[in-house]
Amino acid sequence: MNEPVKPSPDALLRQAAQEGRGKLKIFLGAAPGVGKTFEMLTDGAARRRDGADVVIGVVETHGRAETEALTRGYEIVPRRAVSYEGHSLQEMDIDAILERHPDLVLVDELAHTNAAGSRHPKRHQDVEELLAAGINVYSTLNIQHIESLNDIVASFTRVRVRETVPDSILDMADIEVVDIPPDELIARLHAGKVYLPQEATRALAHFFSKSNLSALRELALRRAAQTVDAQMLDHVRALGLGGTWAGSERVVVAISELAGADNLVRAAKRLADALRAPWTAVFIETPRLQSFTPEEHRRLAFSITLATQLGGQITTVPSTSVIEGLKTFLAESRATQLIVGKSQRSRWFELRHGSVVDRLVRETPAVAVHVLPLAAGTERPGPRSGPVRGQWGDPLGYLWTALMVAAVTGFGSALFHVLDLGNVALLYLLPVMVAASLFGLRTGLFAGLGSSIAYNFFFLPPTGSLTISNPENVVSIFVLLGVAVATSQLTARVRAQADLAAASARVNSALAGFLRELTVLSDREDVERMICAEIARLFGRATVFLAPSGVQGLVVAAASDSSYKLGTMDVAAAQWSFDNRTAAGKGSETLAASEWLFHPLIAGDHALGVLGLSDEGAGAAVRPDQLPLLINLIDQAALVLERFRLEGEMRDVDVIRTRDRLRGALLSSVSHDLRTPLTSVMAAADALEHGATPELIATIKAEAARLNRFVSNLLDMARVEAGALKLNIDAIDLSDAVTSAAHDARAALQGHDLRLQVPPDLPLVRADPQLLHHCLLNLLDNAGRYGDPDTPIVVEGTHRYGTIRLAVLDEGPGLPPGREQEVFETFRRFEGSDRAVGGTGLGLAIVKAFADAMGIAIEAANRQDGRGARFGLVFHSELIVRAAAPGD
Amino acid sequence: MSATVLVVDDEQPIRRLLRNTLERAGYRVVEAINGSEAMLQFRAEAPSAVLLDLGLPDRDGLELVPLMRKEGQTVILVVSARDATDQKVAALDLGADDYVTKPFDTEELLARLRVALRHRSLSSATPKIIRRGDLEIDLDERVVRRGSEEVHLTRKEHDVLAVLARNIGRVVTHDRILGAAWSREEDPRIEYLRIVVRNLRQKLEAPGPVGSIIANELGVGYRLLTDG
Repeated sequence: MNEPVKPSPDALLRQAAQEGRGKLKIFLGAAPGVGKTFEMLTDGAARRRDGADVVIGVVETHGRAETEALTRGYEIVPRRAVSYEGHSLQEMDIDAILERHPDLVLVDELAHTNAAGSRHPKRHQDVEELLAAGINVYSTLNIQHIESLNDIVASFTRVRVRETVPDSILDMADIEVVDIPPDELIARLHAGKVYLPQEATRALAHFFSKSNLSALRELALRRAAQTVDAQMLDHVRALGLGGTWAGSERVVVAISELAGADNLVRAAKRLADALRAPWTAVFIETPRLQSFTPEEHRRLAFSITLATQLGGQITTVPSTSVIEGLKTFLAESRATQLIVGKSQRSRWFELRHGSVVDRLVRETPAVAVHVLPLAAGTERPGPRSGPVRGQWGDPLGYLWTALMVAAVTGFGSALFHVLDLGNVALLYLLPVMVAASLFGLRTGLFAGLGSSIAYNFFFLPPTGSLTISNPENVVSIFVLLGVAVATSQLTARVRAQADLAAASARVNSALAGFLRELTVLSDREDVERMICAEIARLFGRATVFLAPSGVQGLVVAAASDSSYKLGTMDVAAAQWSFDNRTAAGKGSETLAASEWLFHPLIAGDHALGVLGLSDEGAGAAVRPDQLPLLINLIDQAALVLERFRLEGEMRDVDVIRTRDRLRGALLSSVSHDLRTPLTSVMAAADALEHGATPELIATIKAEAARLNRFVSNLLDMARVEAGALKLNIDAIDLSDAVTSAAHDARAALQGHDLRLQVPPDLPLVRADPQLLHHCLLNLLDNAGRYGDPDTPIVVEGTHRYGTIRLAVLDEGPGLPPGREQEVFETFRRFEGSDRAVGGTGLGLAIVKAFADAMGIAIEAANRQDGRGARFGLVFHSELIVRAAAPGD
Repeated sequence: MSATVLVVDDEQPIRRLLRNTLERAGYRVVEAINGSEAMLQFRAEAPSAVLLDLGLPDRDGLELVPLMRKEGQTVILVVSARDATDQKVAALDLGADDYVTKPFDTEELLARLRVALRHRSLSSATPKIIRRGDLEIDLDERVVRRGSEEVHLTRKEHDVLAVLARNIGRVVTHDRILGAAWSREEDPRIEYLRIVVRNLRQKLEAPGPVGSIIANELGVGYRLLTDG
């Protein structure tokens, strides 16, 4: 159904254009004085510390000491003097910068206008040239200098700036908003910390009111957010993940409840594909919706669902007239192609009402109108005017009307002696207007008729009969009836429009509220829960979200309340909906026996999950007129979830990069540490041919033992990384463990006197014997390697305050102060320990990983007597075995 | 009489190394490179001992242990690079006599083989008295003497020592020791065993950390060391 989405050519081009170019970062501020330049200099300094070649192209310090101080240490490319009408102006020297070609150049005030006679009239054009040359640029900008916002800013600040930069330059930049609260900015202004040109001081004083600053700040933040969104979309499109085409054509199809509307939808999809254009199915929601037959509801729902399936957008426009609604929408959406259906109406009908198509063609000249025949026999009921509710209106209304007419009659006859006949007729207008406006046309006509009869009978001569002697009184009767008709029409229309406005306001506020709720959440699971809760609230039915989970297929990821029931039929419908990216379940075409209606959440060419709405409690399926809102909400939800997925992917990429870096470090260190002993072994073996000496044999043995240690460390680390550590917890006698470790580490401890100071009566501890053994081996190995030759190594066990400590102490250079904990990082070997000690830096990382797995704390510090390092394993009370009686 | 040793290993360098080592020590060596050949050789040659690798090309060496054990009292010494304790315990439980991990010290391998063979030949008649340095353990009398002085042991200490002594030089798994020295009602727990062993060491060993009389096999069990 959906073809795989191809990467958008525009987006690809835009991204390709970025390659080989420098990157632009804009420090965007709401107003002067927020500290953009300061921020830019600080950030630049950080880059410099990272080793980048950073120079200042132009920075305006305005004599501020703090800013001035920050420019120190930067290389500054001298400005160039430009003489203009006898003045000499200093401008940024773009040629010098191109010549110098730094990694990064700082260019203050992007909106600056260059002096006449410069290469480019505007500084942002200079920046473009620098970027094109592959130089990265940092620049600063105030929000009022952005072209599209210039007018808005001027409208409320009454300050218009002439120096503007085009929006396009923002769209390719990274934007950092430099933001301080308005109060703080005003305080800075009063403290004289904000630079203002002398002549502008007065105008700018108004500019710095709190309300202005708040508005500017909001604009800045919104503009930055917009850029981020646009860049995200570009990224998504370039990856071919879907989204809309950025072409100039736009196809709109008007759908209706008529049979054959689904064919229009398909035609729209074909046209849109051919034009590579986005398309929208629009339903003009007129008051007639209220009187749709179930069949018409079903057909409309089908067209809407079909349009979503085919990848179209769905919009509902509330309007009293199809033509007006369509015209408004076409203008708003900048549509270029419109598809409408033409019903097979009689000539007579068209003569009376005029053809919708003719009017569309006449009144929307910018749009190409495609007219397709609708299936025969779909005669649409003529435009129906009049009140919406019921044909005959409320019986209670007739009662009230009769009472009102009676009351007016009574009132009239009581005052007849002071009123003339015309005034009495006016009195009768009252019940007519009230009835028509409150109860609709028929009740109004009833009031008019009743009033005429009462007027005729009680007041018109000859009174007491229904005959009229004076012909001019006939007019009064027609006036009464006419007023009834006109009033009821008017109020009916007003009411219908109010209903529509209220409905669209509800839809809009629901959408806006939904988005607001979703955007504040940063956790995917919270978002899923919120989607369910909000849709459940808006539609009044239990809602579940199902997402694919590895081998299990779809599982419920979130639910609006935990008491949902999903039967096998429901799960099947959900799965079908997910697989086919189509609605399924109750009220749809597929698996309608399910008690749930499932809609897929689609991003690009794949489904992220399905949302299910329960039927229970609501009684009926989701109404077709609610479908567009539901689909809109689901689309929004899909966008938000897709964002999370993309972010997750990017994080994964980061993780992989880190892992690659580690792997690189591992390979280089491992190949070194494995080859060194191998070389010794091979050389010694060669030498054996000339006769074995005890020394050679010792070398081979020692080097082979070293090799063996490396290999087991590598295996251990691999086991930790693979998450395959299986704990085998036992009660362990520490003196026993230390003795075994000392025995196995004896080769590494040669030249050291090992002193075991572990009291034999230490309580037993709970640990994995093998893991603990490897911890101890590595600690001893480490001490043997870093301890000075011929110094003692002490293993010391203490039991104090319910904690057992087992420490290995060496005598040597110790650890760099302040960086003691870093020794436990993988591949960490401190630079400057220039002794040829070898070792992959894996040993202590293994100690930490194993100790962590067993719940043992580790300590690394320098000895208190300052003679070397001290590594400790700490067994807290929960690891200590209470004294057990062996039985006797 | 030179005993026949069957070496089962798929790696030719290891087989060559073992052959050299064993022949130098006076054994007759036959080789097998996989499980099925091993069983053929085992039945044809009836070796006194088998050095068995676990990672064989056609089957897991562990499967061979019960097959061989069923067919006789041959000494089975597992020689493997697998160092997980559960593998060692499994091999011992299936009837292997001992377990040596690669890479191994050839001297140690020979010592283990010697102990196992000696134990096998004496299996019907465990020596009544075991001597180590100035220590003398009389199993029948349940008396331990250092020099002429009697060392007092509790009943449990005697029981544990007896199990180890009957298997002198060989590793005895924790479960076996617990099963032999504790009754089921006593809820045998490894903590008890550790305490008893610690007490035994304190009573039997000369002061000093190394030079243990009861060696600890990580996560597997204990071994009473022989004199030589």
